[in-house]
This record gives sequence, structure tokens and C-alpha cells, in this order.
Amino acid sequence: MTDQLTKQPHGGAQATPAKAGSFLLMQGISKSYGGVPVLTDVTIGFERGRVHGLVGENGAGKSTLMKILAGIIRPDRGAVLKDGTPIRVQSPRDALAHGVTMITQELSLVPRRSVLENVLMGRLAQRGGWVQSRANHARFLELRDEVGFDDLDPQALAGALPLAKQLRVEIMRAIARNAEVIIMDEPTAVLTTSDAEQLLVLMQRLADSNIAVVFISHYLEQALSVTDTLGVLRDGRLVTGGPTVGQTADTLVRSMVGRQVDVLYPEPEPVPHNAPVVLAVRDLRRGQAVRGVSFEIRRGEILGVAGLVGSGRSETARLIFGAERADAGEVVVNGKTVHPSSPSIAMRAGIALVPEDRKTDGLVLGRSVRENISLASLGELSAGGVLKRRKERRETTALMERTDIRAATTEGPVWTLSGGNQQKTMFSKWLLRRPQLLIVDEPTRGVDVAAKVQIHQLLRDLAAAGHAILLISSENEEVIGMSHRVCVMRQGRIAATFQRGDTDTEAILATAFDGLGGEDRGRKA
Amino acid sequence: MRASVITVGQRALSSTRDYGIAVSFVVMFVALSLSTTTFFTPTNMVNLLDQSAMVGILAAAATLCIISGVFDLSMSAVLTVSAIIAVQTTNHFGVAAGFATGILVGAGLGLMNGLLVNYGRINSFIATLATGIVFRGLAVVVTEGQLVATTSRSFGVFNDASPVFGITTGSWLFIAVAVLSGLLLSRTTFGRAVYAVGGNREAARLSGIRTRVVSSFVMTLSGSLAATAGLIGASRASSAQASMYTGLELSAIAAAVVGGTSILGGEGTMWRAVLGVFILALIGNGFNLLGLDPTYQQVVQGALILVAVGTDQILRRRRF
Repeated sequence: MTDQLTKQPHGGAQATPAKAGSFLLMQGISKSYGGVPVLTDVTIGFERGRVHGLVGENGAGKSTLMKILAGIIRPDRGAVLKDGTPIRVQSPRDALAHGVTMITQELSLVPRRSVLENVLMGRLAQRGGWVQSRANHARFLELRDEVGFDDLDPQALAGALPLAKQLRVEIMRAIARNAEVIIMDEPTAVLTTSDAEQLLVLMQRLADSNIAVVFISHYLEQALSVTDTLGVLRDGRLVTGGPTVGQTADTLVRSMVGRQVDVLYPEPEPVPHNAPVVLAVRDLRRGQAVRGVSFEIRRGEILGVAGLVGSGRSETARLIFGAERADAGEVVVNGKTVHPSSPSIAMRAGIALVPEDRKTDGLVLGRSVRENISLASLGELSAGGVLKRRKERRETTALMERTDIRAATTEGPVWTLSGGNQQKTMFSKWLLRRPQLLIVDEPTRGVDVAAKVQIHQLLRDLAAAGHAILLISSENEEVIGMSHRVCVMRQGRIAATFQRGDTDTEAILATAFDGLGGEDRGRKA
Repeated sequence: MRASVITVGQRALSSTRDYGIAVSFVVMFVALSLSTTTFFTPTNMVNLLDQSAMVGILAAAATLCIISGVFDLSMSAVLTVSAIIAVQTTNHFGVAAGFATGILVGAGLGLMNGLLVNYGRINSFIATLATGIVFRGLAVVVTEGQLVATTSRSFGVFNDASPVFGITTGSWLFIAVAVLSGLLLSRTTFGRAVYAVGGNREAARLSGIRTRVVSSFVMTLSGSLAATAGLIGASRASSAQASMYTGLELSAIAAAVVGGTSILGGEGTMWRAVLGVFILALIGNGFNLLGLDPTYQQVVQGALILVAVGTDQILRRRRF
């Protein structure tokens, strides 16, 4: 096992990505959403028989880049070349025809069908429309021998298998489709350490059989141990790309940080040291996601929470707000214990949550700005169940002015607004309740720079006015620039807490990434 | 810049949906008035309203349900059970008790649907399809397959012409239901919650709305309204039976959809749904008065439903 994990350079060929002559070359790829660039002029190449790593912070553009290669997303600009010839990759079907398959984070098996059917999906042997069971079975066994998954039962329901085995079914399907490139997006994130190790071994075996493997990972040690080349993405640009040899976790982290500063962060109002504690959380737990979180926030304080996606940040926020029930732990607001078993209980205690995903959790997209803003305050805006429409109009209009929502009309559906205005609509909804504690999860994701500056100013003003603010963000500059204190979460726990001025993005990243899946694996020499 | 062009186009298309229905109604109404001498007469108007009363009340219920994100396919079965029990109760305890019991039975059956859908987590389409079959089966058991009739004169009150324009009491009941449920949707906190639950259930929940309570109450209301329609039906015939008004909920859902209620939930208004009821009624009335082959009436009505749903789909597709 272990010595298979030790990297052996394949052949003598140089493992430089991104240059002409690559088996598969992505050239000048750019993509933006609503004016916000996600990828800018990325050129990267992949070779048969190599394992290529792709690393970067949350939102650096790794998954988007690979989804473009797999035909799931179309780029705004750029080309894909195979053996020097441009190819059309407009759909997953096109990509498959050129031998490119992607195993996404949310696996794409049909859960209620058998392993065999999933593996041979779209390729079942048939005669005149009748499925040839015996031929299919033989083909499956042949494939299984090829990849060595002896324990995979062809008749088992795919959805009933543990994740590690589902992943193997996906890999077998890729092989059954004669894949020449297999992209794996964070495949080890959900696996146990030993399953992850087996997968790394498998990646090398796939490379040995002349397949190009692309491995997207947050686990730097894993990426260092298994890959031949490593590309680092930062803010949608490829900042370094080259042989893995010579890279260390430290050099990678250094490449990942250093986002362009597009926003200035003025000093927030200091918190008086006798300011009362608004929220105290003690030993909050839920499953594997949140494993004993404790902290306090005082009046006027902005507490930033950094960490990787899946480190338990949003989950902690949802537990405090009652969107999910905690297994254990205590939430105390202004000295009173709250049992937030539903959002309305948390709301009555003075807690508000501006959620991470405005489309799925935050807004009723088909309804107007006015209705969205008043939705959490219907009780205050009515008498005996009948809306006070004049009061509603007055208060929502006042908030739209305060948060500077630019909408042609207050009556148009909220989906016609820009991302920034949608975000401000969510803020307005919660500000109408004048909460004591405002939790904001990714408050500036997907908004333009002008709106971002306004949202930051709004948060500082709220803190100065005596609200307590819990700020969750994947953008470390934002967390550092906005907060009085910064907690870094890792694997469901707070790994470190920094005072303002005591930290930088490098320290946060090092804490957030530290030891992920790498404790028990020796670093590559 | 480009975004604002899209927005303008969007708005034009969505106001087509808002007012297109009103325009079509007026055009049809004027055309029928001009092309026949029999259409715009007091008798025909009263008849048209009377014909629309039952399906109209069910359409109000269907609109509430669909906006809140559920379907109620058991409405005609609830209607039947309520009507039968109302007739039987009338024969023992009088008309007032009969009507009250009928409505309560409808509310109870509706609540049962609401609980199955929201707490049993069964898809509303399937849950109400199944309970509809069960309820109609119960109706057969209760009546032993026979017609139940009443000799109570006052049970026929909904069939009586009122002093105002000669409109029947049943029609007035429909008008009252339409106005009240319209106000419920547009002017109350409950109405807002209904739109929010149907438009984005998770966002509604995270705004402190008790989504399961709201949805269960909508289905209870749907049952009560179905019972109300059942009272009109039984009142007209002075009787009820297990096979009455089978499938009437489908016409009601069709009317709601023609009126621009989005089957994906969260969008629609009561006044447009009522216009949808009238438009479908005008098509039938028009075929009748113009002496056209009634076979084609169904073709036209069906095509209209497709146009309405197609418009909704186009509007939604442009969203992202």
C-alpha cells in the first residue's frame, strides 16, 4: 500500500502543464456570471498517463474550470484542443465523445438501479431493443477485472452502497465509456482515511493505464502525494502550474493567498470592553458537521468565521437560528437560554440569519421586493391578520432607501434585480425586525464591487449602532478586514481564534487546511 | 444595459399574462353579444352565472391550493360526501344542521388531506388522488349505492332566485366566496404566507413562517369550499348520490390555470382565476348559442389550457 503511494515519476517526460503539444489543452478560458469574473484567461494542459492536481481556495474557480472541460458549463471565451486540434465541448455528450468524463461532488448515479445498469448506462448490449443480460454481465465482469473492484456486486442497488463504493461505480462507468480523461472533483472529501488512500492508489493505476486523471482537492497532502503536476488557481487565474516535485504545503498556501485588493477595509468602531455579551454558544453539536463549538459575541462586535466549505461554519449558523436542531449544546441570548428548535423561536429571541444561498433559502424570487422585505415581519405589519398596507409600504420603502436597493419598482418580482440588490433585499428583510444578533453567511458572494462596499459599510454601521454580528465568509480578506475577532473552523470545530491585527490570510489558510487528511500520511520528500 | 432590455421584455410578457386574460374575456363577451341576440339577455346571464357557481367555488379552492404549492384532486369526492351527509342530517335535524354538518365534514376531510401531505410527507397529487378514491368509496358505503333525497323545501334555497337581478342564492354564494378568498390572498398575512410557501418553501420557513400549518390550513379550506359547492349541487337536486360531479375538480384546476395561476406555485390571483372560470363557461355557452358542433368545444377548451401553461413556462424559463 504505502510504497504504491510513494510517487514515482512516470517515464522521463517533463510534466509541464499548459503548453502546446499537450494531449488536452484548455486555452484562454474565461467565464463570468452577471459581470463577476469566475475564470480569467486560464490556459492549462493535461497529459495521458499523468495525475494532475488542481488546488485553490473556495471559489477560486477549480470546479468551474473542470465543468467547462466536461461540457457542463460553457465558457464565455477560450478553446479546448485535443492533440492540437480544436474540439467542440458544448454538452456532457460532446465531452464524452472526446473521452472526457467528470465525477462531480454530487455523484450522478441512478440510486434505484443496479450497479451493472449504472456502469453500462447508455451502453447496455441489446438486440432489437431487448437487453442482452448475459452479454452485459460478461462485459461487467470483464470491466471489473480490469479495474480490480472484486467486491462490487453487479446486482446491488447503487444508492444503497457506501459512498466509497458509489465512487468506484462512477469510475467503472467512466472506464466503460472508454474515458481518456477522468476528472474527480473533491472525491476524497467524503471518504474515510483508508478509503481515501485506496482511491489515491487507484488514481495512479488509472494513470498507468494511459488515462489522464485530474484531481481537484482541498487536501494539500493528498494532492502532493499523488500528482505529477499541480496547478494553483486564485481568483479565477492560474497562478502557478508545473511539476509537483519541489512543491510543499507551504509553497502552495503561499500561491493561493494574495487576492487582489479590490475593496478597502476601514477600521471598525472599537468594542467597549464592558460591552455585554449578546450571544454565547456553548459546546454546540450536530452529527459530524458541528462537533463542539463555543464562542461569545458582544454588543457592537463583528465576529468573523473563516474556514473551508464543509468545515461547519454555515451549519453552526443554521443551528443557532433554528433552521436545524442541535444534538447538544447551549445558545444563550442576552443571558437567557434559548432552545432554537425553529426559526420563529430564534427570531423572537432577536436572532436573524441572512443565508448563504439567496436563491434557494433567502428569497421568494417570484414575489416583489416589498413582499420579500415584509415576509419576516408580517405580525408587526398587521392587525388581526389583516395587513396594514400603508405601514408596510412606508417601512419597506424606508429600508430600500437605507440599503440603497435600486429597483425600477417595488412591485416587480425580485428575480429581475441584480445580485447586489437581491442581497440588499435580504438584509432589509432582517433589518426590519431590528435583530440583536445578525448572522450573515457569505454576504457579498456574487455581488459587484460597489454593492460589496455598501454591504460592508452597512455591517459596520449596524455594529456601531450596537448590533452583534456573526460574519461568515470564504473570502479571507473580507473576514480579516471586517471583524474584531476571527474564528477559523476546521472539521466542525473552532481551530483557532485571532484578534484583529494578529492574523493574515496566510495564517488563516494554514489553519483551515492544516492536517486535513494528511496527519497519518508522510509528506512526500 | 442588456439586463434592462430583458427586464422590459419580461415585464411586457408578464403583463400580457396579467391582463391578456381580461382582454380575452372582454373580446369574447362583446363578440358573443354582437353575433347573437340570445347571449346578452338577463336570462342567459343569470344562467351563465348559475352554471359557473359550483366549478367557480372549486376553482377558488384550487387557486388557493396551487398557489400554496399543492394539488387537491379529492375535491369532487369531498363535495359528494359532504352533500350526502348534509342531505341525511337535514332529514333528521333540519336544514341548518344539515348545512353546518356538510361544511364541517368537508373541512375535516380537507384537514385529513393537509395532515397526510404535510406531516405524512406524501406528495399532494398522489395523496389526494388516493383519498379521493377512498372518500367516494365511503360515499357508496354510506348511501348503499342509492340516491339520498330530502323533502325539505328550504333545503333547495340555493336554487331560489333572489330579489336582486333574479340571480340565484347559489350564485351569490359563489360571488361571496370569490370576493372573500380574493381578500384573504391579497390583504391578509395568511395570504402572504400562502404565496411565500408556494414560491419558496425553504425561504418561507427561514422567515419564521410555519409552512406546514399554512399548507394544512389551505387544504382544510379547500375541503370546506368543496363542501360548499356540494351544498349547492344537492340543494339544486334536493338529493345527493355517490356518483355526483365526478371529475369536477379537473375543470376547476383548468379554470385556475387558464386564469394564469402558475402550477409551480407562488403566483396567481383570485380575480384572474374567476375570469378563467367565465372564459371556459363562455366557450361552452358560445358553442351552444351559435349552434356549433359541441365536439369542438372540448378541443378549444383543451387548447386554451395548453396556451396558458405554455405562457407560464416561457415566463419562467427566461428567469435565469
